[in-house]
Parts: sequence; C-alpha cells; structure tokens
Amino acid sequence: MLRIPCPHCGLRDYTEFRYAGDATKPRPAHGTGEQRAWYEYVFVFDNPKGPHLEYWQHVEGCRQWLVLERDTSTNTVGQSWLARQGAKP
Amino acid sequence: MSAGGARAGGAPPADVRADAVVRTPVSGVRLSTGGRINRAQPLAFLFEGRALAGYEGDTLASALLANGVRLIGRSFKYHRPRGFLASGVEEPNGLLTLGTGARRTPNVPATTTELYDGLICERQNGWPSVDFDLMSINGLLTSLFEAGFYYKTFMGPRRGSWMFYEPFIRRAAGLGRATHSVDPDRYETGHAFTDILVIGSGPAGLAAARAAGRSGCRVTLVEQDFLLGGSLLAAPANGPDEDLRRSLEAEVVSLPNVTIFRRTTVVGLYDGQTAVLVERHDHERPDPAKGAAREVVITLRARAIIHAEGAIERPLVFGDNDRPGVMLASAVRTYLNRYSLALGRRILIATNNDSAWVTAIDLATAGARVTLADERPTIHASLEETARRAGIDVRVATHLVRAHGGRAVQAAELRALDASTTQRIDCDLIGMSAGWSPTVHLTSHTGVRPVYDGGIRAMVPGPWPPGVTGAGAVTGAGVVASRTRSDPLADGHAAGTAAAQWVGALGNTGEPVIATDVTWTECWAKPAQNRAKAHGKAFVDFQNDVTTDDVVLAHEEGYESLEHLKRYTTLGMGTDQGKTSNFAAAQLMSELRDIDVSNAGATTYRPPYTPVSVGALAGRHIDAHFRPTRRTPMHDWHLANGVTMIDAGPWVRPWFYAWAGRDVATAYVAEMNLVRTGVGISDISSLGKIELQGPDVAEFLDRIYVNNFASLPVGKGRYGVMLNDDGIVLDDGTTARFSESTYFMTTTTAQAGEVMSRLEFLLQTAWTNLRVQVVSVTDRWAGMSIAGPLSRKALMLALPDIDLSNEALAHMGVCEHEIDGMPVRVLRLSFSGELAYEVYVPADRGTAMWESILERASPLGIRPYGLEALASLRIEKGHVAGLELDHRTTLEDLGLGKLASRKKAFVGRELREREELQSPDRWSLIGLECLDPGARLRGGAILFSKDDPIEGHGRGYITSVTWSTVLQKTIALALYSGGLQHEGQEIVCAYPLRNERVRARIVSPIFIDPSGERLRA
Amino acid sequence: MTALSHYSAFALARRALFGSKWQRAWRKPDPRPAYDVVIVGGGGHGLATAYYLAARHGITKVAVLERGYLGSGNVGRNTTLVRSNYQMPGNTEFFEHSLKLWEGLSHELNFNVMLSQRGQLVLAHGPGQLDVLARKGNTMRLNGIDCELFDRPDVQRFLPFLDYSKSCRFPIYGGLFQPRAGTVRHDAVAWGYARAADRLGVDIIENCEVTGFLRDGAAVNGVETSRGRIHAGRTLISVAGHSSHLARLVGLRLPIESHLLQAFVTEPIKPFLDCVLSFGAELFYISQSDKGGMVFGGHIDGFNSYTQRGQFPKVRTVAECAVALIPGMSRLRLLRHWAGIQDMTPDGSPFMGRTPLRNLYFNGGWCYQGFKATPAAGWCMAHALAHDEEHPFIRHLALDRFERGNGSDEYGLGLWTYKQ
Repeated sequence: MLRIPCPHCGLRDYTEFRYAGDATKPRPAHGTGEQRAWYEYVFVFDNPKGPHLEYWQHVEGCRQWLVLERDTSTNTVGQSWLARQGAKP
Repeated sequence: MSAGGARAGGAPPADVRADAVVRTPVSGVRLSTGGRINRAQPLAFLFEGRALAGYEGDTLASALLANGVRLIGRSFKYHRPRGFLASGVEEPNGLLTLGTGARRTPNVPATTTELYDGLICERQNGWPSVDFDLMSINGLLTSLFEAGFYYKTFMGPRRGSWMFYEPFIRRAAGLGRATHSVDPDRYETGHAFTDILVIGSGPAGLAAARAAGRSGCRVTLVEQDFLLGGSLLAAPANGPDEDLRRSLEAEVVSLPNVTIFRRTTVVGLYDGQTAVLVERHDHERPDPAKGAAREVVITLRARAIIHAEGAIERPLVFGDNDRPGVMLASAVRTYLNRYSLALGRRILIATNNDSAWVTAIDLATAGARVTLADERPTIHASLEETARRAGIDVRVATHLVRAHGGRAVQAAELRALDASTTQRIDCDLIGMSAGWSPTVHLTSHTGVRPVYDGGIRAMVPGPWPPGVTGAGAVTGAGVVASRTRSDPLADGHAAGTAAAQWVGALGNTGEPVIATDVTWTECWAKPAQNRAKAHGKAFVDFQNDVTTDDVVLAHEEGYESLEHLKRYTTLGMGTDQGKTSNFAAAQLMSELRDIDVSNAGATTYRPPYTPVSVGALAGRHIDAHFRPTRRTPMHDWHLANGVTMIDAGPWVRPWFYAWAGRDVATAYVAEMNLVRTGVGISDISSLGKIELQGPDVAEFLDRIYVNNFASLPVGKGRYGVMLNDDGIVLDDGTTARFSESTYFMTTTTAQAGEVMSRLEFLLQTAWTNLRVQVVSVTDRWAGMSIAGPLSRKALMLALPDIDLSNEALAHMGVCEHEIDGMPVRVLRLSFSGELAYEVYVPADRGTAMWESILERASPLGIRPYGLEALASLRIEKGHVAGLELDHRTTLEDLGLGKLASRKKAFVGRELREREELQSPDRWSLIGLECLDPGARLRGGAILFSKDDPIEGHGRGYITSVTWSTVLQKTIALALYSGGLQHEGQEIVCAYPLRNERVRARIVSPIFIDPSGERLRA
Repeated sequence: MTALSHYSAFALARRALFGSKWQRAWRKPDPRPAYDVVIVGGGGHGLATAYYLAARHGITKVAVLERGYLGSGNVGRNTTLVRSNYQMPGNTEFFEHSLKLWEGLSHELNFNVMLSQRGQLVLAHGPGQLDVLARKGNTMRLNGIDCELFDRPDVQRFLPFLDYSKSCRFPIYGGLFQPRAGTVRHDAVAWGYARAADRLGVDIIENCEVTGFLRDGAAVNGVETSRGRIHAGRTLISVAGHSSHLARLVGLRLPIESHLLQAFVTEPIKPFLDCVLSFGAELFYISQSDKGGMVFGGHIDGFNSYTQRGQFPKVRTVAECAVALIPGMSRLRLLRHWAGIQDMTPDGSPFMGRTPLRNLYFNGGWCYQGFKATPAAGWCMAHALAHDEEHPFIRHLALDRFERGNGSDEYGLGLWTYKQ
C-alpha cells in the first residue's frame, strides 16, 4: 500500500488522496503567458522513470495540496511538504 | 440459474451428520493409532453422493485417501487419471468441486481443505465421470495435442473457422464448472497494524515469533494451516519433533502481544510492507444470516517482516510420473505421521537428496516394505546404515526411469547409473524427491527478484530490503558442500531479534531454543542431474499437462526464454502457479540451451500466492452497497410521496412523481406544464455548493470565470462558466455575493468535486497570495427550486417575513435571512426560463422547509417535479448542461462566446485561442424542431444536411431531447457543423439503430421566452 | 528430413506420424551495420510494423530491436479485447481497419491468433448513458460497422445471470452490442507477426537495448545499442511505456504520463461467459479466455508508475465491479494479477507518425487501446515509414495536435482523464 506522509495528518493510504502529477512545472503567471508557455505547462511532461516530485491533495483529510518525493520505478516515498510552501520543503 | 430475486441465504445444509454414517474404517489405510487427528471426533461428508467418514484434524484429501479414494481427477488436456501428488498448497491434481447450488465452488484443493461435518464434494473434469472418462481418448492423441498445437491449426478452411472449433476447445478447457447464482455467503474486510509480521509457523517462524514476542512489541504470526508447526507436522506425532512443536506453540500462544492467525494465508505483499491476509472460516460452516463471514480479507501494515514460508519439494521427472500413487516423498511422510495413513505396502522412495531418506525410515518403521533408490553414487555412511538397519532395500546410484500402472501405480523401472538395462520392481506407492525449492513467492512480490544459488541448485530470495528478513528453509539456509545442518531455531531467533531491534523494541529476546534430539533434515545437498530419455510421458507441470517433450518442442521452435517457454507451453500457469514445476522447467531448458541455470532467467511471481475468492476481495461492497449512495435531505419525503428515483452519479435523485403520471414519458410532460403555467418545487440539493470568503474573492472569481465577477455587487448572483487550462469548458454554475467578502458558488452535480479541488489547487500553489478561503458546503445546505409564473406568490405565502417583491429581489438577486434562528438563503435564479427562486436552508431543516412550502403554497396548486422535467425545461430554454458540456466543447461551440470578457484574463484564455478551436465548421449549439408529425427526435441521432448521403460521420448529433410545451412537438438541442449559421435549414436526423430518419429544422436553441420577460416578471 | 515450416493440421499429422521437427519460429541473427528501417521495440506494434513493411511495401531490410525478449511487454500482459466501436472521426476508420485486419490475420500470418468474435456488450445504466452509446452506435452503423442497441429485456435475454434484482446499485438500462468484437490470443499475435516478418527477411534482434540515437543535424540516421551501432534510413520508436525515456535521448518531451494498469485472471472454469462485457457504472471489462479463466480489468491505478506492480485497493475495486456485474463471480478465485506500464495522453488517444526530427517516427501513448490497434498501427506506421507521410487513418493522431487544439477525446472525459 503506497502511503503518503501528509504534513498535517501523518502517514495515510494513497487512496485518501487525489493525484495531480508533476509538481515541477511552474504555472505561467495569470494573464501573462503566451500560448506556447501554456501549451508546455498543460500538455508536456518529463515523465521520469525515477525520482519524481508530484502533487497530491489529501481530499479525505485536511484537503491540503502537498508536494511529494516519490521514485516512480520503486514507489519509495521520500519527503513531503505543503504545496503552498513552494518548490522545496 | 437466474440471479434475480432475493438472495438465497440461510445456513448450510444440515443433512449430513456423523451419526447417520456407518463408519467402516477402510482396512489397511488408516492406522489404528498415531497421527494428529482426533479419533474421538468423527466427521461425516458426502463424496459424489456417498456418505464417508473422517476425523477432526483430517483434510478432505486425507479423508478421501483414508476411504480408499485414489483416483481424484482427470488431467486438464489428456484426461489422464490422477491422484494426489502432495499434501499442501502445492497440490496440482487434487481439485474438487465443493458444495451444491449457489454454494457450488469448483477447483478447491482438497489438500488444504479442512474437513468439516457435512462437507459435500465431487471430482472434476471427467465425462461422463472421472472413473469412466471418454475424454481420455485425448491421451491417445498426445502427439497431436503437443504444446501450442492450436497455434498451428484451426485456421481453415475459411476465415473465421476458429469460431467453429472454438466452442469445443472452450468446453474442454477449464477444470471445474461454476455457478451463476448469487453467492449466499458473506465476506468481510478488515485492517490491521503490527510491528513485526512473521509469515509461517514452522520451526523458524515459531522461533522468530518467540524472540520477537519476548521483545515486547506487537507481533503477528500468520499460518495458512489449521495447526501450527509447518514441517514439524510431518514428523511422527510422538517424538522429539512433536515435543518441540508443542512447547514452541505453547510459549508463543502465551505471549499477549503476539496475535496468531491460523487458517490464514498471506496471499500478497505490496508496497509499504503491506500484507494481504485471507482468513478462512469454511470449516465453521458460517451462517451468513447471523452475520458470520466465510472469508475475511485483512490489509495488514507491518513495520518489519520475517519470511519463514519454508520450502516446497520438487517432483522427479521420469516416465509416467503422474500416475495415481506417485507422490512427493514429504507428502507420503505427512500422510503417515500427521494423518495416520499407510498409503502403500510396497513402497518405492526415489530421490537425489537426504530428506526423502527420513520418509523411507518412517515408513519402514511403520511396517511397510520399502525400496529406496537414490541417484547419487555416495551417501552419508550413517544415513545408509540407519536405512539398511530399518530393513530398507537401499540402491544407490540408481534412478527411477518409469512408473507403470493406469489408475494406480503398480510397478517401477529403475536403472543403475552405468547400466543399459532397467530393473522392474513391484510397488503400490512411489514417494519422489528431486530436492527443495524455497518458497520465494512472497519475497518477490514487491519487486526483488529471486536469485539462483548454484550451491543448493535453487532459487533463493534476493537481497532483503530494509525492514525485511527471512529465516529457515525459505532462505535456502544451511547449505551446501559440507554436511552442516541448518538450525531453523537459531535462524528464527536471530531474525526475530534483528526485527525487534529494527522496530526499536526494548525487551530482551533471550536465548534461542536448542533441540538436541531433533534431527533436522538435510535437504540441500546438491542434487544430481539426470535427464536420460524417458519412455512414457514425463510431466513437468502436472496441472496443465506439460511434459518434457513440450519443453523440448518449445526449445526446438525457439521459445527459449522462460517467459516464452511458459506462455507457449502454459507451464506454471495453472492454479498451483508452478509451485512444483518452475524449477524443473528452468533446469531442463538450461540443459537444452547448454547454459547455466542462473542465466535462464526467472519468472515473475505475482500475487496471490494461492487463489482468493473474488467475493472475498469485494467484501461488503456488493449489491446495494457496491458504491456509496448519496441522498438529499428530502430523500425520505420523496419516497413517501410517490417518487421514482434515478441515479445521477453517486446521487439518488427524484426522476418523476406519481401525481404526474405512471411512467416517465407521461409524467415529465405534466410536470413541465405545471412549471410553465403554475408553480412547481424541485430538489436541487445535489448541486455542488462552495462557500468562498476573504478580501480577494472577487479577484479570484474574476480569474477563474470567463466573465466578469469583480463587479458583482452584494445581493446579486451571476451565471458563470469556467474553462479548464486547455480552454475547454469545465463547468458552469452561479455564484452569488452575500456580503463584501462572502460568496456562494454552485456547480453542476457531476463536477462538484473536481471544481472544488481545482479551486484549492490554484489557491494553494499558483495564487498563494490571494486571501481566499474555500469550503465545500454541498452537504450543509438543502436546496430547492420553486419555479413557474406563480413562484413569487408561492414563496410569499411560504416565507411571509421576507420581502420577495420584484423591487426587493430583482432577477438574479440574492438575499439571506434568519427565520427562527435558522439561516435561509433565497436566490432568484432560473434554470427553466420561468420566474424562479432557489431556497437554501441547513440540511437538517430541509424537509421541514420543503413541506412548509408545499403546505403554505398549496392553494396555488404547487407540486413537486423531478429531474426529467428539470432537464426538459432547461432544454427548452436552451440552457446547456451535462450532455452538452462533454469536455470537448468550447464556449463558442455552446453559443456562449460572448460571455468571455475581452478586458480581463481568465483561466484557459490562452489555449482557447488555439487555431483548431476557432474553426467555423466546429459542431456548435443549435435547436431542432421536429418536422415529421408523429415522429420523435432522439438523443444520439446523427445529423446530416438535406442533400448529404446518409453515411459517414455526419455534421453533428443530438445531445438532448424533450417534448416542448410551447411548440407541442419534440425539440432538441444538438451540436452541428457551423451551428446557427444554418438557422432555418432543414436537416436529417439519422438513427440507424432503429432504422429511423427524421426531418428537422435548425432553429434557435432558445425555444421559450428569448427576451427573458418571464425571468424578469 | 526437412523441418516443417508451414502450419496446418496436415503438418501436425506429419509430425505426429513421422516425427518431423518444426522449424524455428524466428531466427536470432546478429544485427547488421545498417538497415533501411530500424524499429525500436519488439512488441505487438513494432513487430506488426515490420511485417507490413515487408509484406505490403516490399521493404525487407528492416530490423526490430527489442531490449528483452520479444513480446515481453504489454502485448503479453493485456486483457486481449478487440473491437471497433469508436465514434470520433479518424478513430472509427482506424479501428475498423484494424478489426478487418484481425479478421484475416490468422490466414495472412499462417499462425492461429485465435480471433474469437463473440461480441462485446457495453452496458448503460440510465437513459442518458444509453443516448451516449447510441450516438456511438449510430455513427458505427453509418460507417458500415455492425452494432445493435439493446434495451434491458434484450440484455436480460442475452445474459440472464447479470444482476437484475431490485437491490442492484446501478440497474442495467440497456447496452450497445458489437457482434464482431471479441478477443485474440495475445501471445500468438507477437509470435505470429515475428515469424511472418522473419520469413520475409526482417531481422528480429532480441536483447538489444537502444542507448542513443545518431544525429545528422535535424535528422536521425541510426541508433546506438548494447550490441553496437546500427545505421538506419528511417527509425521508428514503438516502445510503449518507455517512450518518454527514448524520446529524451533525442531531446523530445512528449504529452505522455506513464501509468500502471492492472489485469486479472481467475482459475480456469468451464464456459461461463460467452461475450466480452463492459460495465457502464465504472470502467470494467471482462471476458473468458479459451483456457477458461475469466480475464478482467478496470482503471489505471492513478499515478505515474514504472513499477509494473499494482496497489491492493485497486484489486478490491475491480473485484467489486466484477461481483456487481456478474454476481456469480463471487465464488470464483482470482489466480493472478499483474500490471504493465500504460502511457496516458491528454485526450486518451495515441500519437502516430512523424516527429519534429526528420526520419524519426513515433508510435505511442496508447492509453487503454493498444492491443486492439495492433494490426492497424503496424499497417499505418509501415505506410508512414514507406512514404514519409501519414495515412488518412492516422492524421488525427499527430504528435503536435495539442498545439493546434485538435484533441481527439473519444470518451469525452476531458483533459488528463485520470485526474477526475
């Protein structure tokens, strides 16, 4: 069972969360982006086989979005922090 | 065997009782004393209609053997007669069908089925019966039915010929026959947590559990058998092994922090050291009517895991090694010592390692005449001495070439290593052993592949991940060239101590148990290899009838990798999942390829280790509880007042009411008419509702909606559309402003969760500087829509203390009041195109408010209306909803292009300008009026222009259809290439699924009140 | 005596009577220094492409490079369904073309792929859902593809053992049935294409991993592999779950996320279900293989994964669907569950055709539909490789379609469907 360390709620089963993929792509600032930047942000992914930083939301708990380190080839989970804290913990 | 109607429940049949059966012990098989069976507790069971008896402590297999049943099935492909090969989970042949009627369960391994009073069983795969099976003719055609034969034929004479042959293949395939009936039994699920999980209660597992338990942490010991002890159960029931077993068990049972699961299999290990356990209760004949479960699936999360699953013996590969009466040597020993069965009088033990010698000695001591053939040229002197003294006919450097006999083994052919001729000896039982394979399955479930250990010629677990270790035979312990004996007690103790340290337990684990008078079986001596060409069929996989010839064939054709070999021959793909076949196959293929076994590759072991009922995995999420049901606060009222409900995703919503008609087709029209001419009330509680608060909400809304929200004044609501980042319409709804910083958003029912998460995502990642809080309040508010020309009057009667005049609450106005301390929100919004209001009260007051409105406004003829009418009213108004918001449509497609602000940015703005999204030929929203009198427009019809040939993809399709109260004919909303540019044109609606073509005219999608007078009344 | 190479009942009999041997199914040659076409990926699509290049375009100087053993990826792991019930322009034609190729495949390859056209029934659990299926069905019929609309009594007559009780959570309302849909033996597809391609001169090189691409400016003219350098006139990447990895080697980033899809099989039983059945309340599909096991599956697990090991909650979710759909499944036992890497795209449709680099072609992002597309994907990619141009069947599947706003969302699930 993949378990995700929620900064508020502790280690919880992944089924309590919603997944939103790659967390390393900066969203173009509202109203300033060009089509190309938005295209890259919305559609294109690194999709690595290995360490991955990704968004999860604890929908069945505190409803906070967090960033999680996880290795996509082993499912080993590392650190997590609240998304609002930014790209790094 | 229909599944309709009530579930057939009730207690299992009570018609077979021990005292009703004449117990005649079958002479010569069950010994009068010994074993681990309880002779004071006889059990009766039905075998193909015959009443037989066994004892508590028997498995179904041992009970059948005790009653002289040797032929227990027919093999899958060749329908060869088969007996039990083994005494445990590795059994490939002994699958029986248990139960009758709705409890009929095929493919149950008799060797792991605990006997219980009243058990009903029959054999499988013989026609007309297993005893006289006409399909055994396949056995004469084996050379035609070699592996993969079906790839090479059944292709002609025409295309599609396979469809002619296939039914025969399908009827021949499969082992048992299943029932379609609803399962009357009950299955439960559970969750558990532990510090240390010990898998297996053999000597290593018991020692590990003892040590870990002494450390004080939580320990869970899981054993698939109904007795603890593992390999100790194969030893005589009186003796040092049994004393050891009992003392270990007593100690472990006495520790309060150790939880022991019996009759429970760890079927799979998953990420995060999660184990899935299946606990079985069939032996208790659980009564589902009393809530008793047949099986319980437990998800157990452990901080450390100790593997102690032991090892499984390998069969020898020789000619006709599948005859009934050819068994694994350890199984013969188990049947003797645990179940007190003497399965033969003239026994041959054939082996290439020491462990089978113990079996031979036990058998000779019990009085059988035993011949022992060992392939190795030299044997340890004391072992040979002991055997000869026991009266065993010992033949070293001799291997078994072929077994003889049809339904039971009668003789065996032996050949000395250098001889050219064979010797034939009479025998009625053969116990064979080609070595042992550590049971590495669970160790590899989470991705650590087993590795080949050349010293013991076996696959052993790969490197242990942190927190995981192993003890005993599963590790291949106690190896190799020297004669050192493995000591599972010391091994288990060390593992338990290490695990306790890993989890930080503080207690002292003490010293390991030492059992000086127990002889540990040396089974790891490097077995000899012998692949002399066998006469007769030499089976590698018994269940799937795969022989050495098939492996040779696969090699011949180039299917050399283990993956290809397995798939081509189906080796290892039966219910036993290759427990007794994988290694022999790898060994044989390596020889053929002239490579080392370590380079042959390894198959991937997948859960479950033993098969698990699908029903057990489904647990209680069956029938009405398959998925949660979301109900509105007024649910019970609807049910009491003639509603017919309909599913809307997870919600149950009113579809139509009995007052309006008996079926939906008549009822919704009557309900629509009421709303268009009088007043109706509808339950809209399932809509998503989100409360937004903060100084920056206006800015936030401005960013996510395409239209302007910054200017929304207090006391007003506004219709809004949100796009996804890709510019496609995500959702629509209304947001109302109740105060400077308090807003109330509604979304569609279907998208509520998605929208909520999106808002939270934006606020918590990209827009963290916005001071906005959002909370889902969908379940907090009951919502109802009061719609129709008389709706204001109706609400004035219902809510006399609120000023609902047109001046006080204009179109799109909102207000919030308190009535008797209860908050009431009124929003003058319309989905239907009529004058209408939405009223929201706290959910627990929903029914009271609903009833109050109905009562107070009853002089106006107010009645409830349901989802069908709701949907139809909005279609007439040209208001898009779920069927149009299909995640492919843009604002322009839906006729809402003008809604998009040109002055401010909004989510999706950039990507909505991509070129293909601007094309004038895109399918966009139109209305359709039916032109053929008496005909119907249908959702899903494909649209063509009048002159098009009716083929291909057409120019559009109908999304929603309704009867129009205004036009008194069917109308529709549709998406059509070029949209309203073709207003006025006649088109064709094709519905070939019903052979229909209907003419229609393209009109504005707003069929009613285009200027909005009714809304502003 | 000469080895038997042509498959037939006659050949089987000769072997049985005279002990003739079979010829190897395919050679195991060493790679040559150069080929006209190099196909990276020895799965179903790669092998099919090689076959059609040789058989239809006369291009035989072709190599298929496979990292492991051929067919060891998704072609060997899937739930074997084939069907052509698609409604989006382009998809309808493509998948029907594929089904027609399936229908002739055993004969064409002289290898029985065991195409069992027992029909697929897709269920609807409400009138709105049935209308959505009707749109698809009408489109199919207007394109000459077989299908029928079922109402509830029709479904009950056809499959009386589904749940028609009053307590059923999502009662069956009707369905859409395609008679020509069905199943195929997946292993046979890989082996059949491999053998046929090999016979025509294609080199199938196993245990050969591509570690880099050879560049000539904005073109690709070969590959570096674990077995040496190989020059190629044209190169195709057809590697399913490792698409992003290989694309990265040429500096391409793709609209792909690699996910995990689980599949399940029960113990073999006598005939229990005669068609392919798809649930309408949740994504779930089930059929019975010719060996007798019930084969089924559901949704992806829901997060990027290359582990090829599924999570247990999904096992339960899928089991729940099985019992909800066919109550008699309850007492059947799950024998095995496994997983593969399934590449997901923003609109659920794949990418086929040219890439921004000249002479480099791509086939991937197949989401749930890779297996049924095998013949047409091979056929269309062979066409693209032969003509440096996409066949009309695949023009809607361009790699750059999201730049232009031309998504092909077959099921109307919206952007990045797993996120819902």
